[in-house]
Amino acid sequence: MTTLPSSTYRTRPPSPSLDRRSRDLRIQIVRMLAAGRRGHLASAFSLVEILRVLYDDVMRFDPTNPTWDGRDRMILSKGHGCMALYALLADKGFFPEAHLWEFCKPNGILGGHPEFGKVPGVEASTGALGHGLSLGIGRALALRGNPKAGRVFVVNSDGECNEGSTWEAALAASKHKLDNLTVLMDCNHMQSYATTSDVLDLEPLADKWRAFGFHVIEVDGHDMAALREALAVLPLRKGQPSILICHTVKGKGVSSIEGDLSWHHKNKITEEELAALFSGLEEA
Amino acid sequence: MRATCLEMVYQLAKNDERIVFIGSDLGVGTLNKFKNEMPDQFFMEGISEAHVIGMAAGMAMEGRIVYVNTIATFLTRRCYEQLAVDLCMHRANVRLLANGAGVAYAPLGPTHQATEDLAILRALPGMAVVAPADATEMERVMAATVEYPGPIYIRQGRGGDPVVTPPDQEFRIGQVYLLRPGKDVLFVTTGTMAKAALDAAELLAARGLHAGVVHVPTLKPLDVEALKALMAPVRAVLTVEEHSVIGGLGSAVAEILAEAAFLSPKGFARLGIPDVFADQYGSQATLLAHWDLTPEPMARRAATLAGL
Repeated sequence: MTTLPSSTYRTRPPSPSLDRRSRDLRIQIVRMLAAGRRGHLASAFSLVEILRVLYDDVMRFDPTNPTWDGRDRMILSKGHGCMALYALLADKGFFPEAHLWEFCKPNGILGGHPEFGKVPGVEASTGALGHGLSLGIGRALALRGNPKAGRVFVVNSDGECNEGSTWEAALAASKHKLDNLTVLMDCNHMQSYATTSDVLDLEPLADKWRAFGFHVIEVDGHDMAALREALAVLPLRKGQPSILICHTVKGKGVSSIEGDLSWHHKNKITEEELAALFSGLEEA
Repeated sequence: MRATCLEMVYQLAKNDERIVFIGSDLGVGTLNKFKNEMPDQFFMEGISEAHVIGMAAGMAMEGRIVYVNTIATFLTRRCYEQLAVDLCMHRANVRLLANGAGVAYAPLGPTHQATEDLAILRALPGMAVVAPADATEMERVMAATVEYPGPIYIRQGRGGDPVVTPPDQEFRIGQVYLLRPGKDVLFVTTGTMAKAALDAAELLAARGLHAGVVHVPTLKPLDVEALKALMAPVRAVLTVEEHSVIGGLGSAVAEILAEAAFLSPKGFARLGIPDVFADQYGSQATLLAHWDLTPEPMARRAATLAGL
C-alpha cells in the first residue's frame, strides 16, 4: 500500500484516473444536481471512492431490509456530501433511482442533508457538523460484545475537525477502546471559505488523532486499490479505534472544478455549467 | 428529589438491561452501587455534554433507554443543537435528568441557574418536558419514563422539597393535576412551585377568596383541554414557575388563553423570574423572595387581579 507523509498529500494529492464506475457515480450526482438545481457538488465528489469502497467491498447490508440487525452501520457525519451517498444507495437498491431526480424537491425524500427515517439506508440525520462520531460511538458501545452485531463506520471530514465535539468524541472512542468503530475521514484540505490551513490549521492532523488514541492510516482517498487494501482486515488494530485519513481532492473528477471553492455549494447552476460537468467527467 | 430520581434509575435498570445511565462528571460516589452491580450499564463520560448527548442518542438507536444526568444548565444550554438534532430528530429514547433547575444553585451564580430551560426545551419538536413537584411524584414520573417514546427532559428541584402530591395519585406524562379546587382564582404551577401556590391559596381563603391550584408536571405535551376547562369558570389566572416569565409555563398558558377566546375577560399574570440573570447570591429561598415568588405577594397579586 502506498502511504505518503501528510505533507505530500497537502501539496500534491496523487490523482489516479477514475474508472468507469467512479465516473458513472459522479454522473448520477451531476444529474441530481441538475434536478435539484443546487447542491454541495465538490464535497460529494471528494467522497465518492470512500463510500464506494464501503458499499462495494467492505460493508454487510441488505437493501431489502435496511434495518437488518446484523448490518454494518455507516453514519455520514459530513452530511453535506449526501449526493454521493444517495447515488450509492440507489445503485445498491435501497430505493428506486427515480428518487434521485427529486433531490431537494418538495415531495422528494432526498434533501440537501440526509435524514434518518426518511431515506432507506440512511443511519442518522446529519448536516450539523461534529455530531456523527458521537452517534457512532453510542452505537458501537451498544453493539460491542454481540458477535452477531454489525460494525460501525463514521465518515467525517477534515473541516469537521474545527468542531470541539469531534475531539470530545475522539477522547471517548479511545477511552472505550472501540475497535468495532472505524472512522474514514474525507480529508479534502478545503472547507467553505478557504483551505483548512487558512481557516483553522489542523496540522499535524494525523498526529492529533494519534495523540487522541486512534490507530491512524493515511491513504489516497481516490485510489480504490489502496482503499480496499487498507480496509481488507478489520479492525485495523485490536482494542483501539481506527481512523483512515483519506486524502482527497475537492471536486475530484472534473478538472475545471477541482479545488475551486465556489463549487463547495451552489444554488444556481447554468446549463453551460452542467454541460461542462458532464463533458469533464468523460475526460476524467 | 434527585436522590429519589437516581435511586429510581438504579431500580429500573436492575429489572431492565436496556436501561443505561450516563453521567458527565458527577459528585464522587454517585450511584456507586449501580456502577458496581451493573458496570456495563453505567457510564461516566466527562465534561463533554455535546458528545454525551450524541453518544446517548447512538445507544438509543440500538434499543437502549438512556438516562443522562448532569447540572441543568450544562444539559440544556451547552448542547442545545445535540438535543434538537441527535435526540429530537431521531426520536431517541433518552431521558435528561436535570439537576438543580431554576435557582437551586443560587449561591453559585447565574452560570449554574437554569432559568430558561423550559422555554428552550419546549420549543423542540418531540421533546417531552416534565417538572415534578416533589420526590414522591418523581418516583411516579420515573416509572412512566421507561416505555414513553422519544426524548424526555426531567427537571429536578433542589431536594428536600415539601411533598404536596397525594402518594396514591397515578401519573401519566401529559396530564395536569388539580391539587386544590377554587371557583374565583386559579394558580397554574409547575415543578416545586405548587407548595407556594397552595400556601397562597390558604391566605386567600382567609380573605374569602376561593383559589384553586392546578399542578402542571408536564409542560409538553401540554393538556390544553384540561387547562381550558379549569380556567373557564375563574375570574383570574396566575401562572407560577421558578423560571423566566419568557417562554415557560406562563407563556404556554397565555397562548391557551389568547386562543381560547373565553366570553368573559380574565385577569392574568405570569409570576416567575423577570428577564434578568440573578443579581444576588444567597439561597434559593432568598432569590424566590427577591422576585416575589412567595405566598404573601402571590396572594396579593391574585386578590388584585380578582378585583378584591
